[in-house]
Amino acid sequence: MKELKASMAGTVLNVLAAEGEAVTAGQAVLTIESMKMEIPIEAEFGGKVEKIHVEVGGFVNEGDLLLTVGE
Amino acid sequence: MTKTTETTGYNERLEQKLAKIFAGGQQKYHEKMKESNKLFVRDRLKLLFDDENYAEDGRFANVEAEDLPADGVVTAIGKVNGETVCVMANDSTVKAGSWGSRTVEKIIRIQETAEKMQVPMLYLVDSAGARITDQLDMFPNRRGAGKIFHNQVRMSGMVPQVCLLFGPSAAGGAYIPAFCDIVIMVDGNASMYLGSPRMAEKVIGEKVTLEEMGGARMHCTVSGVGDVLVATEEEAISEARRYLQNFPANFAIKPEKIEAKAAKAGRSLEAIIPENQNAPFDMYELIDQLVDEGSFFDIKKLFAGELITGIARIDGQVVGILANQPKVKGGVLFGDSADKGAKFINLCDAFSIPLLFLADVPGFMIGTKVERAGIIRHGAKFIAAMSSATVPKISVIVRKAYGAGLYAMAGPAFEPDVCIALPTAQIAVMGPEAAVNAVYSNKIEAIEDPKERLQYVQQKHQEYKEEIDIYRLASELIIDEIVAPHQLRSVLSQRLSFYETKDLPLPYRKHPIYPV
Repeated sequence: MKELKASMAGTVLNVLAAEGEAVTAGQAVLTIESMKMEIPIEAEFGGKVEKIHVEVGGFVNEGDLLLTVGE
Repeated sequence: MTKTTETTGYNERLEQKLAKIFAGGQQKYHEKMKESNKLFVRDRLKLLFDDENYAEDGRFANVEAEDLPADGVVTAIGKVNGETVCVMANDSTVKAGSWGSRTVEKIIRIQETAEKMQVPMLYLVDSAGARITDQLDMFPNRRGAGKIFHNQVRMSGMVPQVCLLFGPSAAGGAYIPAFCDIVIMVDGNASMYLGSPRMAEKVIGEKVTLEEMGGARMHCTVSGVGDVLVATEEEAISEARRYLQNFPANFAIKPEKIEAKAAKAGRSLEAIIPENQNAPFDMYELIDQLVDEGSFFDIKKLFAGELITGIARIDGQVVGILANQPKVKGGVLFGDSADKGAKFINLCDAFSIPLLFLADVPGFMIGTKVERAGIIRHGAKFIAAMSSATVPKISVIVRKAYGAGLYAMAGPAFEPDVCIALPTAQIAVMGPEAAVNAVYSNKIEAIEDPKERLQYVQQKHQEYKEEIDIYRLASELIIDEIVAPHQLRSVLSQRLSFYETKDLPLPYRKHPIYPV
């Protein structure tokens, strides 16, 4: 199981993947709004999304857990 | 070595000694090297120099010890891309490339040669560190290992210094890469660390693998001590050769123009740049349209990707590019990106490489995390380096340039030789949304009808946009020129050729107090 963490602080604008869905490395799985910019967050690795730890509109700080991805 | 027909006893003795030296360490160590896809030091040098055109010094170091050929390091002067360079290369088949007193003396001497000849110095590192048994002869003395680092610091900015890391660079030895202009690391084999994982476990109780703590990938993505991550030693050597093509032999010479090439075929800048200031795009695609195809040499590609730094050619003219990458972290500047920018500017400025800034930056990051990490002092390094650079500086405002982001990207106050705006440019203390919020938040909240409120906000956005309209800034002489995106490459080429003779005297003082 691997963890995808926030690379910077911001607000979750939308979630582009669903729990149970297979994602590939480099695929945008979330958009964070920060510094008035829309920032795509890409999966650093492929696998099945096990859990989404954030919700739209919520604040995330740098280093916060966004998704857990299984094999 | 060519054999003469009249070989005498003297020559036989010489040839025997040479054969032993050329063979390096014991066979088992050569086999170990092969297993980990590593090349023998002399094969590395064959790949590095043009047609084996080099001469070695101190070849017979420690020849009487029998088991320490060349004392574990080859030092040589020779030709790379037709230009003279000096090289030190550890032989890890000899006592794991560790340093004895003659090893250190040879490294110091080849550095002295590089300084006297005013040519680049290359460090091909693959060494376990000091020979602890020989420490008094090589560690604390005047011409001990410390002198190597002292020489590196002295030569920094005088001649290019390049590190190719093939294996470990341990403890004190890890400072060789740190004092170089650029560090190329082989994935899986190269590593840098002050204390090995074994030592970390004994001394602080941490259990960690070498790769996690000091591996090439970690250093090129997380710590930023590594600059270029490569898959093989062959690639490391060809990248070092490619890098050097952009540099003069020393600071007193200007880099040479090479044959011009067209830019890579692709979409026009008009198509690449989204109109919506807040939407991401890939700055690499834009850079491809500005530079000669295949000329971009990316430095720290995997580290702080929100700021792209690399050396390229525009119509054959060398240029150092700093570009915000809206695709990564929105192009916002962080502590690491500031460090990356500062070192890159220092590198280009030292060797007369003009600087091109491509700005699309929402500003420096805000929030507790970054303030506690000292974003202000990190940002100060970037701005200080940019401000004190005396090479030609061209500032291009691609889209937004907000707040101190404008400063870092060589905004008008920092004496760029020209500040060019694309029609999509937007220069302001902050973006319209943030500014309207900051100024009118009380009024906005006081309006009860949501429709009316929205209307009010939109009106204020419009007024703000008019105030910072790029033609207004041009009219006020804040920016020097507005250029159609598809003309940018030819405009830059022309400007670079006009600014070739730039000569700014340095302020009279010893040195500034560098922000760190």
